[in-house]
Amino acid sequence: MNESRKRDEGSPDAYQVVGKSERKLDALALAAGRAAFTDDQAFPHLLHAKLLWSPHAHARIRRIDAQKARELPGVACVLTHEDVPRVLHTTAGQGFPEPSPYDTPMLDHKVRYVGDRVAAVCAESRAVAERALKLIEVEYEPLPAVFDLREADAPGAPVIHDEPDCRAVIPVPYEPARNIAAKVDMRVGDLDAGFAQSELVVDHEVETHYGQHTPIEPHITICYLDDYGRLVIRTSTQVPFHVRRIVAQSTGHPLNQIRVIKPRIGGGFGAKQEVLEDIVAMLCLRTGRPVKLEYTRAEEFVSTRTRHPAVIRVKAGFAKDGTMQALHMRARTNTGAYGSHALTVVCNCGAKTLPLYRCPNIGFDADSVYTNLPVAGAYRGYGGTQAAFALEVVMDDAAAKLGLDPIELRRKLHIQAGEGSPVFRALGEGKEGVEQKIGSCKLPDCLNRGAAAIGWTEKRAAPRASGRYRRGVGMAALMQGSSIPEIDMGAASLKMNEDGSFNLLCGATDLGTGSDTVLAQIAAEALGTSLDKILVYSSDTDLTPFDVGAYASSTTYLSGQAVRDTAFRVRDQILEVAARALGVPPAEVTLAGGVARAAGKQVSYSQIALRALYEQDQFQIGAIGSAISHVSPPPFAAHFAEVEVDMRTGRTTVLSYVAAVDCGTAINPKLAEGQIEGAVMNGIGYALTEEMCFNAEGRCLNASFRHYRIPGPRDLPDLRTILVPTHEPTGPYGAKSVSEICINGPLPVLSNAIFHAAGVRMIRSPFTAERVWRALKAAE
Amino acid sequence: MRIALTINSELRELEVAPGETLLDALRGAGYTGVKRGCEAGTCGSCVVLLDGTPSFSCLLFAAACEGRKVTTIEALGAPNRPHVIMSAFAEEAGVQCGYCVPGMVLTTHALLEQNASPSEEEVRGALDGHLCRCTGYVKQVRAILKAAERLAEERAAGKESSR
Ligand code: FES
Ligand code: FES
Repeated sequence: MNESRKRDEGSPDAYQVVGKSERKLDALALAAGRAAFTDDQAFPHLLHAKLLWSPHAHARIRRIDAQKARELPGVACVLTHEDVPRVLHTTAGQGFPEPSPYDTPMLDHKVRYVGDRVAAVCAESRAVAERALKLIEVEYEPLPAVFDLREADAPGAPVIHDEPDCRAVIPVPYEPARNIAAKVDMRVGDLDAGFAQSELVVDHEVETHYGQHTPIEPHITICYLDDYGRLVIRTSTQVPFHVRRIVAQSTGHPLNQIRVIKPRIGGGFGAKQEVLEDIVAMLCLRTGRPVKLEYTRAEEFVSTRTRHPAVIRVKAGFAKDGTMQALHMRARTNTGAYGSHALTVVCNCGAKTLPLYRCPNIGFDADSVYTNLPVAGAYRGYGGTQAAFALEVVMDDAAAKLGLDPIELRRKLHIQAGEGSPVFRALGEGKEGVEQKIGSCKLPDCLNRGAAAIGWTEKRAAPRASGRYRRGVGMAALMQGSSIPEIDMGAASLKMNEDGSFNLLCGATDLGTGSDTVLAQIAAEALGTSLDKILVYSSDTDLTPFDVGAYASSTTYLSGQAVRDTAFRVRDQILEVAARALGVPPAEVTLAGGVARAAGKQVSYSQIALRALYEQDQFQIGAIGSAISHVSPPPFAAHFAEVEVDMRTGRTTVLSYVAAVDCGTAINPKLAEGQIEGAVMNGIGYALTEEMCFNAEGRCLNASFRHYRIPGPRDLPDLRTILVPTHEPTGPYGAKSVSEICINGPLPVLSNAIFHAAGVRMIRSPFTAERVWRALKAAE
Repeated sequence: MRIALTINSELRELEVAPGETLLDALRGAGYTGVKRGCEAGTCGSCVVLLDGTPSFSCLLFAAACEGRKVTTIEALGAPNRPHVIMSAFAEEAGVQCGYCVPGMVLTTHALLEQNASPSEEEVRGALDGHLCRCTGYVKQVRAILKAAERLAEERAAGKESSR
């Protein structure tokens, strides 16, 4: 086939569909309340499931008796650890074999945090199920608990996973006897010599807190048996294929007897990468009836997943001119009661921050510990959020001490296109990383344009005010990645219909991000047709090809490559049929606007499809294809904010926020902006107000929107997004990722802005009025 | 118990349990555009219009709505004949996962009945009580301002043509 045509994406100015802010395909149906979420389809004879949660942070179950619950009229099934297979697995929802330890059974004889699973009930109504929970008799033997990540590995600390069979399934350090769920270190160059040579050493230890994703739709799953007795799992998930594999593992039900369907889902942000469906599947298999489990908001906070709290120390050594000589990061995260994403999040603390600046001597020492608090998991930003905070406050202080503008120091040190970093190879996700050179980086433009938009030069130069309300500006530079190289895989299939439309089936999971639309735009562009001719169906394990799912900022970049390559193969078939119809060689045919042209003649896609399906040498025009990633090109961003600090109360108000982002080609600019705006607001909430608080027994005290404040419409500052286009040579039509990077900005940016405004350095998040006030008092 | 109420201009009789919320009763009757996000009056995804006023259906007992007029998102439009507000949300990318959107569209509808050209401040004030975790609100606020403009244009054109 015409190889050059096959690989040539054309020039960005000539793109017809890519780069246009097309309306999201499902937007109208969603706005009209018609697009179906998990619970929007009615199931006759549906049973309602409820789970019994542990009231203890750490306890052994001495005795559990569900007899009375089982006898309650309307109860269909009760499951305790005595009734289900005990298969240790991980709920992390990752590729196989997983980098997270196998430390979680469906139900256990031990509970490890307040909110851990104890038993499950399903009944004719939610009310009956709730009543049944109260009838389950449990005798607990409370055990000593540990909550502080600094104490978790101390000698004599209670061992949270003392079961002999918990284990790591890939060769990585795992020491449950010391509550160490993961451990990783890395050295490049000679750290000691680097620090010895440094004329300035800046050192900060930051501490971040428990936060929750709070998708507005809580976790929900409906399981039923289809007409042939196969188990169908209709669920709000980011990873349908991993759900199928892991539910098969946990329940022992054959994988080929399971179908997972992801309908529309109401946000995920990483929380719905977690595979919690096994218990619903089990209830369905035991009763043979449809079963629904819907988490309440309180359950969503405590018993799904959270962001890993972290203590991160960054020490950086500089020469007088600002050259970085040595950089050391010590990161410890708290993975909570189970090790979901323990290793990979803590790896990413280093992997998504340390390559940002050129430095010959780099050290990274990290671990993740078990505690008796809620389970941490994947959360947008994924370690980058916590670590960027540490690194970027160090950069801010270093700039001040070097007498440089903070922007200047970043400009001097940041990685550039054509450069590599030893960190890329040294740090992967659970194994060695992958060597890569930066293919595209417009961080300098992000810095310039962001600074201009916020009015950096004037605002930075203005003397610190002396009154009650003081304003200041701060900034940070950021990077993330696009997919997990040599691990992630995405696939798609395309077939052509009589009217010249195409069915695009992809495993990729749209969790509200608009990936269905973005992938359809890529298909339309590659096929030379318009977006309305692409009919997308995604995320159904029976019907669509495989995809790892929506995580690691992989969908646009990686699933996008799969779609583009598949579309190019279909395009070749269209060319062949068109060439025969027009009586010319395929190389002479051009495709555009749903029409094939050659030698002054033309034939429409509809005619081509009719010819292929009905008329001559019939065959289905179509293809299935897949892509893996060999590199993980980072998107880059420069974030800026202006804040006002009330010196009397400590309250910080964000007046304006600018996010300038290099995400390669924005396949759909408005949707890309939406990702940025959503991530920034989520990050501002995490930085200022959102914090899960626990009492001395490990019970969460604020598992509601009333007491865990996420930003509302009134909290919106003057928020501006600047897309700085680049062309990433390895991405589809030049695209990189955009979904995660911007949640990493607010912690360091606001800490830096508060410092500029009020002269206090916030290193413990969130920067609530109380914490800022205390810092102001301490500084007096 | 049986209650009679008007849902989307239709007189309906619903069988409801004591203590059942309007949210559950509506969803049970097939009005699934009404979403559940917190059941505590803190997220806004369950908003319906009760006699024209945006109300958290999760905080209302269905039985207390006897004889009242309830409007759900289904009454305002459908994907093939969308309401102007729906179109504005879709075009301005105010819809990501969309879970929060039906409630916001209804609140917007009530706002624009009262105030045909709200300021940005007023829009944010009216949206207070609605949470969106996906969009950061920027595009939703823009969508509402755009919808107001469009409706004003339509009204002006309507006056023109009726003259
Ligand atoms: S469900 Fe009613 S306000 Fe959240
Ligand atoms: S669009 Fe997802 S919560 Fe608003």
